[in-house]
Amino acid sequence: MQLSGRGLVCVRGGREVFAGLDFEARSGEAVAVVGRNGSGKTSLLRLIAGLLVPAGGTIALAGGDSELTLPEQCHYLGHRDALKPALSVVENLAFWADFLGGERFDAEGSLTTVGLDHATDLPAAFLSAGQRRRLSLARLLTVRRPVWLLDEPTTALDAAGQDMFAGLMRDHLTRGGLIIAATHAPLGIDARELRIGGAA
Amino acid sequence: MTLIDLANPTRFLALTARVLPWLAAATIILLTIGLYQSAFAPDDYQQGATVKIMFIHVPNAWLSMFVWGVMSVASLGTLVWRHPLADVAAKSAAPIGAAFTFLALVTGSLWGRPMWGTYWEWDARLTSVLILFLMYLGLMALWRAVEDPSRAARAAAVLTLVGAINLPIIKFSVDWWNTLHQPASVMRMGGSTLDKSFLIPLLVMAIAFTLLFVTLHLAAMRNEILRRRVRSLQMMQASRVAFSSEVGTGSREESASKEAGAA
Amino acid sequence: MTALAALIRRDIRIALRVGGGALIGVLFFLTVVVLMPFAVGPDLALLSRLGPAILWLGALLASLLTLDRLFMADHEDGSLDLITMSRTPLELACAAKALAHWLAAGLPLIVATPVLGLLLNLDMVATGAVALTLLAGTPALTFTGMIGAALAVTLHRGGLLMAVLVLPLSIPVLIFGVAASQAAITGPLSFGAPFSILCALSLVSLVVGPFAAAMSLRHGLD
Repeated sequence: MQLSGRGLVCVRGGREVFAGLDFEARSGEAVAVVGRNGSGKTSLLRLIAGLLVPAGGTIALAGGDSELTLPEQCHYLGHRDALKPALSVVENLAFWADFLGGERFDAEGSLTTVGLDHATDLPAAFLSAGQRRRLSLARLLTVRRPVWLLDEPTTALDAAGQDMFAGLMRDHLTRGGLIIAATHAPLGIDARELRIGGAA
Repeated sequence: MTLIDLANPTRFLALTARVLPWLAAATIILLTIGLYQSAFAPDDYQQGATVKIMFIHVPNAWLSMFVWGVMSVASLGTLVWRHPLADVAAKSAAPIGAAFTFLALVTGSLWGRPMWGTYWEWDARLTSVLILFLMYLGLMALWRAVEDPSRAARAAAVLTLVGAINLPIIKFSVDWWNTLHQPASVMRMGGSTLDKSFLIPLLVMAIAFTLLFVTLHLAAMRNEILRRRVRSLQMMQASRVAFSSEVGTGSREESASKEAGAA
Repeated sequence: MTALAALIRRDIRIALRVGGGALIGVLFFLTVVVLMPFAVGPDLALLSRLGPAILWLGALLASLLTLDRLFMADHEDGSLDLITMSRTPLELACAAKALAHWLAAGLPLIVATPVLGLLLNLDMVATGAVALTLLAGTPALTFTGMIGAALAVTLHRGGLLMAVLVLPLSIPVLIFGVAASQAAITGPLSFGAPFSILCALSLVSLVVGPFAAAMSLRHGLD
């Protein structure tokens, strides 16, 4: 499986964020997108996720499921956690598992993996920022998608949480998945660097 | 016993646990006496047996206003004295007040059915009670809209006090509006010409219903205190174990335990 | 199908929990209807003549004003991104959200109608007619209002702007809704014709609404 972009141009609010961007990532490979603030890291991820339309260039996934579009094979972990404070931890997770569909894995198990098994029935409103992030990670484990698009995934996670997350990413890569992460902090795994927007 | 003694929720729980059975018993006894007396009160020469609805209606109407008064005092407690039990008292009084107001409306309209020929007439008195009912519902919606009770408390307290100032104004304008459209005054009920055979059962019923309110209110306050304790225990549980090192957990735990103390 | 059922279940659950707005719509409906007699006077004959119109206006405002945050909340917490990316077509997801909103906020309005009919001195037939026309017509309000809610996300503005955009669109529903209920109460027009048109309006909006909303959401994402 190979994800590649050719000559991507991104225009936001009349301003050209980047132009002529090429990238590629293969199965089992992680790409860390780095660059200064405003260089378009988040925009690149949203282009891949189909949430933004490129002003030029193409993105293609070779060797994936031919029945599905690229966004349908991606997990997108953005700045916002997509959690409803009124629902309990397990309700939040079960909703995304039901809604996203596809192959499903043990929700309870993934809550244990991210260290939230003690809080399953509590409302998500009671969670701290780091715990909310962990709950979002449980979504990536419960529903399998080959491509992970991660936007600053380690924010709000403590040292133990970052270690746990690095382990999850390594598992995902050995299963043949691929990861594109926009980040300022080191991810804790081997990753190829993709620098956009010139020197940091 | 002073207010200071009651300020401690644990002491409040212990005290009310002892008082509640007695209060409940007194309420039942008085209600039985009152209902018995009302049942055997003579029929009115004009209204017949329908006048007996008054024995239920008047206490409920009295309580619909009395409860708002209780909530206003509690709101002052929240805003001025920051009494820890004040917002618990205000919150748990609202649904009970709404229930009494609703009963006042229903009994009023049942009483009106043979008088007016319809279940509802835009009579000044009933209309004011209807507006009061809407205000109770709005207040309950406000309590429900905010998940954190201590944040909702301020807003609800301000609304309650504004309501307390506004209610007489509303009452006056509704009366004026009504006379504007219906110069012939609707039949008056109550007044000072009440016969003794009506007055005594009415008084007993009023006291019985007030006791009923006090009993229900104390029980509801206990529930609310316990509900808040459960909530802060849950918050502590959420921030427990593996996350002691996590950023933000410390302050969360602190605020949770502070709240446990407050509740 | 499980995906849509899950979305409907989630939205209803949120609407009914603490902080959800399902019952505030009913309260608004009640308040608007209670205000009317103060403006037109407590004359029961007049009120029962105006009753269907008052109830329809109240229901219209209540169901449109509660729509304001239909997509906004999901947009703010990032859920909308994931819904857009998912295997469920966005049009169907929009329809599911609107249906959930109608179940949680629209149906209670119809349930409240008999009580309000009592206040306005409507008899059994009149109350039944208004409730029936509301049952047929409020889906149209929700599904056209949804377009406004989607535009509100695109424009980052809700509230009054949305009301200004959507209220003119709901005029046909109001016309045929009130006409059908008046026909049932006083005649001489037949009830069938305006009621059929009302149902047709609902069915059309059932199709057009989700597509228009999905289109505006797709362009509004950034």
